[in-house]
Amino acid sequence: MIEASETVARGARIRTDRSHDGDRSGRARAVIAALVAGLLAAGLVGLTSGASDASVARLIADMWSAAPLDEMVHQRDRLIIMDIRLPRVILGMLVGAALAVAGAAMQGLFRNPLADPGLVGVSSGAGLGAVSVIVLGHGALAPLTALLGILALPAAAFAGALATTWMLYRVATRRGRTSVATMLLAGLAFSALAMAMTGMLIFIADDGQLRDFTFWQLGSLAGATWQKIAVAGPVIGLSLAATGIIARGLNRLALGEAAAIHLGTNVQRLKRISIAAVSASVGTAVAASGGIGFVGIIVPHLLRLAIGPDNRYLLPASALLGAGLLVVADAFARTLAEPAELPIGIVTAIAGAPVFLWILLRQRSVVDL
Amino acid sequence: MIITGGLGVAIGQKTIIADIGIEAPAGAVTAIVGPNGSGKSTLFGAISGTLAYSGSARINGHEVARLSPAQASTMRAVLPQAMALAFPFTVREVVQLGISDAEKPRDRAGRVDEALRRVDLTGFAGRYYQELSGGEQQRVQLARVLCQVWEPKVGGQPCSLLLDEPVSSLDIRHQLAIMEVAREFAEAGGCVLVILHDLNLTAMYADLVHVLSRGQLAASGTPSEVLTDELLERVFGCRLKVGSVPPPHVPFVLPQSVRP
Repeated sequence: MIEASETVARGARIRTDRSHDGDRSGRARAVIAALVAGLLAAGLVGLTSGASDASVARLIADMWSAAPLDEMVHQRDRLIIMDIRLPRVILGMLVGAALAVAGAAMQGLFRNPLADPGLVGVSSGAGLGAVSVIVLGHGALAPLTALLGILALPAAAFAGALATTWMLYRVATRRGRTSVATMLLAGLAFSALAMAMTGMLIFIADDGQLRDFTFWQLGSLAGATWQKIAVAGPVIGLSLAATGIIARGLNRLALGEAAAIHLGTNVQRLKRISIAAVSASVGTAVAASGGIGFVGIIVPHLLRLAIGPDNRYLLPASALLGAGLLVVADAFARTLAEPAELPIGIVTAIAGAPVFLWILLRQRSVVDL
Repeated sequence: MIITGGLGVAIGQKTIIADIGIEAPAGAVTAIVGPNGSGKSTLFGAISGTLAYSGSARINGHEVARLSPAQASTMRAVLPQAMALAFPFTVREVVQLGISDAEKPRDRAGRVDEALRRVDLTGFAGRYYQELSGGEQQRVQLARVLCQVWEPKVGGQPCSLLLDEPVSSLDIRHQLAIMEVAREFAEAGGCVLVILHDLNLTAMYADLVHVLSRGQLAASGTPSEVLTDELLERVFGCRLKVGSVPPPHVPFVLPQSVRP
């Protein structure tokens, strides 16, 4: 369980400030302040990197001077930065924050550091919705694609995510009480079913559809537009705000459901808000950008090491770090294979998987969870 | 002040406890004893608001089933049997969970350290909960519970401590220390309802004893009224003799023999 040397080392580190023994709130506030600065820096990186040589500095300089040196260049820079890179950076922040906070909330709700938004069926449902539109968009679902145009795919992904979560919630709720254990197990069954149906659609898909679906699955922020932000922003923003209400309840839930009730938490309400916030924000994120893995597990994990598991700090810090990381990952995705773009899911998985393993190996001996 | 009448709990088709009428007055330590599986923890579940029940269970005159979790949490705190914690919280963070946000920072200051001192864990605030032994974890939880009902009386109304086997994994010194904390809480006007297995500690600390057997109330009264040879055999199925001392060469130690 615990190795003696580790225990001593950790004890010594925590006890540097004796008057606040075991109180990590000061450190948490400092980390959050640093994350705000980091997010701004990440945003700047996102605005300045890309296949074109458009320069933020030149754009700003041109805006201030009465007559730009070269009107053509100015207009091009403006277009690239304001209408391509900026929406992309903002959407990246929204998606990153949504995925990371959803991960932290799910881990709190399931009382397990390995829980993931996928556990409530969001990912498999969204995948099924997406593949349905890609494969059947010109066949059985033609009226839908005719009606919604390019929005048909994100709308179907969102609907799939929400429908799966809702069914899962209904299955796991009896007499007004939701069993998270049942939800976890039923989630496995639902995922298997959704994946089988996805597999069936893939089986009848042609090569072009197959390629479209594969790319959707790998995730990308390339389709970011101000319209997408106008839709995704409020949903994700509201969900993030809702997690502010549940932070204290999630802390108490770490003691177990009965203890949380004894401490005055309405546990059923807590579960409902968590599940609704997670499925709405992740459904939106997946609809906007496809499948982007690992953010929801890595970000809360790293932060728990730095500031501890108190959700009042962990949730906002996760939002900030998730947002920053995704923007940086997207900057890499755009520039690593210039002028082509890597799917961002590849970048997050390549960077995320080794970090995740490293955390596991490092933590294994300290607290066996 | 806790009073139940005709209290029953059924899980599925199975009746766990039935027709329990007990009282735990303010200013007293009330013990619940009984064999394993006699329904002690189920009774606690009903009184603490986590299990649905039939009949009546009242805290300070309020029916438990009609109290919201938030309302109930200001009237009583519950110490569960030893439990695991999901994430690496420090001891201070765990104890702080007992303090309501509604309380003024001025009232909260220093409470965690004082609570840890009362359960003899001074200097443990910076340790990880998971690093502690079972007995230490149990005392951390008690410190958290004490933080929740810090004043034994609020606005003339008693607060209640519900303790489910608070000394089950403690050494003898800490068994006595924790039972002293319970007694002080009662002497200051609070209400203490405690599940115990140790009949000697029960005799030493309880003002009132309720004995459960197979989901029914078998006896109620003061320790001397209840702890009889006849009852012990009937309830525990064990032929024991109250007040019998072993032969001179066999050592035995009673908590009552402790010197202050």
